[in-house]
Amino acid sequence: MRNGEIITAGVLALFSLYLMWKSAELPIGYIAGQGPGGGAWPFWLAVMMLLSCVMIAWNWWRGVSPPSQSDAPVLDSYGWKMLALVGGGIIAFVGLVNVISMYGAIAVFLLYYLKYLGRHGWFLSLTLALVLPVAFFFFFEGAMRITMPTGLAFTDPVFNILYEIIY
Amino acid sequence: MEVLALLTDGMLVALQPLNLMMIVIGVSVGLLIGAMPGLGSVNGVAILLPVTFLVPPGAAIIFLAAIYYGAMYGGAISSVTLGIPGASTAVATTFDGRPLAIQGRASLALVTAALASFVGGTVANVLFTLFAPALASVALSFGPPEVFALMLLAFATFVGLGGDDIPKTVFSICFGLVLGSVGFDQISGAPRLILFEMNGFLQGIGFLVLAIGVYGIGEMLWTIEQSRGAVTKTTPKMTVKGMVSDAKDATKRGWKGTFVGSFLGFFVGVLPAAGATPGSLMSYGVTKMISRKPESFGTGNPDGVAAPEAANNSASTGSMLPMLTLGIPGSPTTAILLGGMVIWGLTPGPRLFVDEQEFVWGLIGSFYVSNAAAVLINLAFIPLFIWMLRMPFTVLAPVIFVLSIVGGYAATRDMFDIWLMVIFGIGAFFLRRFDYPLAPAVLAIVLGPIAEPTLRQSLLLSSGDPSIFFTRPVAGPITIIALILIFLPAIKLFRGKRKTASDVNSG
Repeated sequence: MRNGEIITAGVLALFSLYLMWKSAELPIGYIAGQGPGGGAWPFWLAVMMLLSCVMIAWNWWRGVSPPSQSDAPVLDSYGWKMLALVGGGIIAFVGLVNVISMYGAIAVFLLYYLKYLGRHGWFLSLTLALVLPVAFFFFFEGAMRITMPTGLAFTDPVFNILYEIIY
Repeated sequence: MEVLALLTDGMLVALQPLNLMMIVIGVSVGLLIGAMPGLGSVNGVAILLPVTFLVPPGAAIIFLAAIYYGAMYGGAISSVTLGIPGASTAVATTFDGRPLAIQGRASLALVTAALASFVGGTVANVLFTLFAPALASVALSFGPPEVFALMLLAFATFVGLGGDDIPKTVFSICFGLVLGSVGFDQISGAPRLILFEMNGFLQGIGFLVLAIGVYGIGEMLWTIEQSRGAVTKTTPKMTVKGMVSDAKDATKRGWKGTFVGSFLGFFVGVLPAAGATPGSLMSYGVTKMISRKPESFGTGNPDGVAAPEAANNSASTGSMLPMLTLGIPGSPTTAILLGGMVIWGLTPGPRLFVDEQEFVWGLIGSFYVSNAAAVLINLAFIPLFIWMLRMPFTVLAPVIFVLSIVGGYAATRDMFDIWLMVIFGIGAFFLRRFDYPLAPAVLAIVLGPIAEPTLRQSLLLSSGDPSIFFTRPVAGPITIIALILIFLPAIKLFRGKRKTASDVNSG
């Protein structure tokens, strides 16, 4: 944790510098007759972010903050595995949206989580994986008139049938 | 007495069968929409606006106002049960509502939210009925310096939300404010902070993208990791007896927050630029400050649920005031209501109270009836929400992830934002491990776009002289109070350290 805290502060300090640089693309000072320039607000906030990072590093050096006093790893093997399986599952879910549609991706993600991670039975996993996307379809597309991504062209026949029901 | 007679007439109008039916349907639809992450009253009112052309204008505006009320009640549901603030007005509800749900006391959180919302709505209705024209003129006297001072006061309450590590809290606030400034410069219209030259940033970063990322993804990853996979389910019970007991508990432990939220929320809601979010946040902060146990906030204190809920309901009614009396909408939803009124041939403004008396008092009467209907319908639905929480965590978790992604897309309609949400979620998970408070960032991204233009307009008015925030009669006291609140934790910390040092030296 101790190393992790200073590395995080360092990364955030670099990000603050990047934000200062990007903000400075617009004027950051006071322009007579126009008020503060367009970049002033984010620039000075990014300066405060940078100063906060310096203070965080100072507290780390003095060993004041709890993470700076801890020798425990940032994540143990369980934590990394959980992050890979759950976080990876979410990334795959979002990645699939433009391929097999939002509703198809929901079905695949639910089946993966419920059956593989949750170790539930096939009946519950399949029921939820099929019922929820259909319910969402009628709620969002039918009731709320919000169109979700339909994925690649091969999903069209399914959506044509569903759209015929609601329109 | 004249007001009372007009109000009675108005309530009789609201209780006509068609209007009453519109209220019940509107509140139920609003509750459902408000409970869905990503959707809020603005979606409900906008989507159902065309439907209202089927009924007379009076019934139509009553229907839309009922949706507005229902959605305000519904916002607390996703904050408590899912831990995702579905709307910016319900962010503060998550701080104590979610811990209560995790402790198996979701029913207490939901009952507290419902009762506080009812009281907040009722207080606001009474204030609205009695002081509408007078308050409208107060709202008009709020210029950019006053609104910025108010935002400064709201930021001051953030410092108290962040815990003991002040540099990390300051970082979080500034980070949220910078994210809120991504997109276009509101005054010059020039593109600003288009990070890594990605065009997706041109549309800015919405509050929901950060909120759902932090709470819907980051917080869930954190819960799964901390519980080592052992979280199976919470086992809240819901019986009529239990609900009565929760109602008593909510009254006893949530009255202070309800009181603060009801009055503060209304006055902040009345101001055209502010609205329900600063109102709910400031009410939470003030209730925490005046509490005898401020350290219990964030761990499941009913006052922490009552304050923002009373405030956001109270502010919703408050934001109707400038719309009706001046024609200035106080929130996006009231802007749509304003549009609806214009379409129906009504002209909002001071003349409305004279020319369209039946309509105005019918609407005000419907606020009372909608509020009563909303609390009853909400309480009736609580067992259903509690039942949802009894699902095993391995079922609830993927459903929350799915709701986060779908709700996020419904709000932004852009996959770029969904990817951003995932990045924020994973980033929030790591930042949380190093004790960075993230609630201030979420709140800052909401208030930043209000604060920046008012600061710049104020400095333009004063030719760059910051004393404008101290010399104006309304802005001055607010700014000074805000600055005291901002520096108070640092002074306390410094004095505490000096005391410790002197104790060590004398010992």
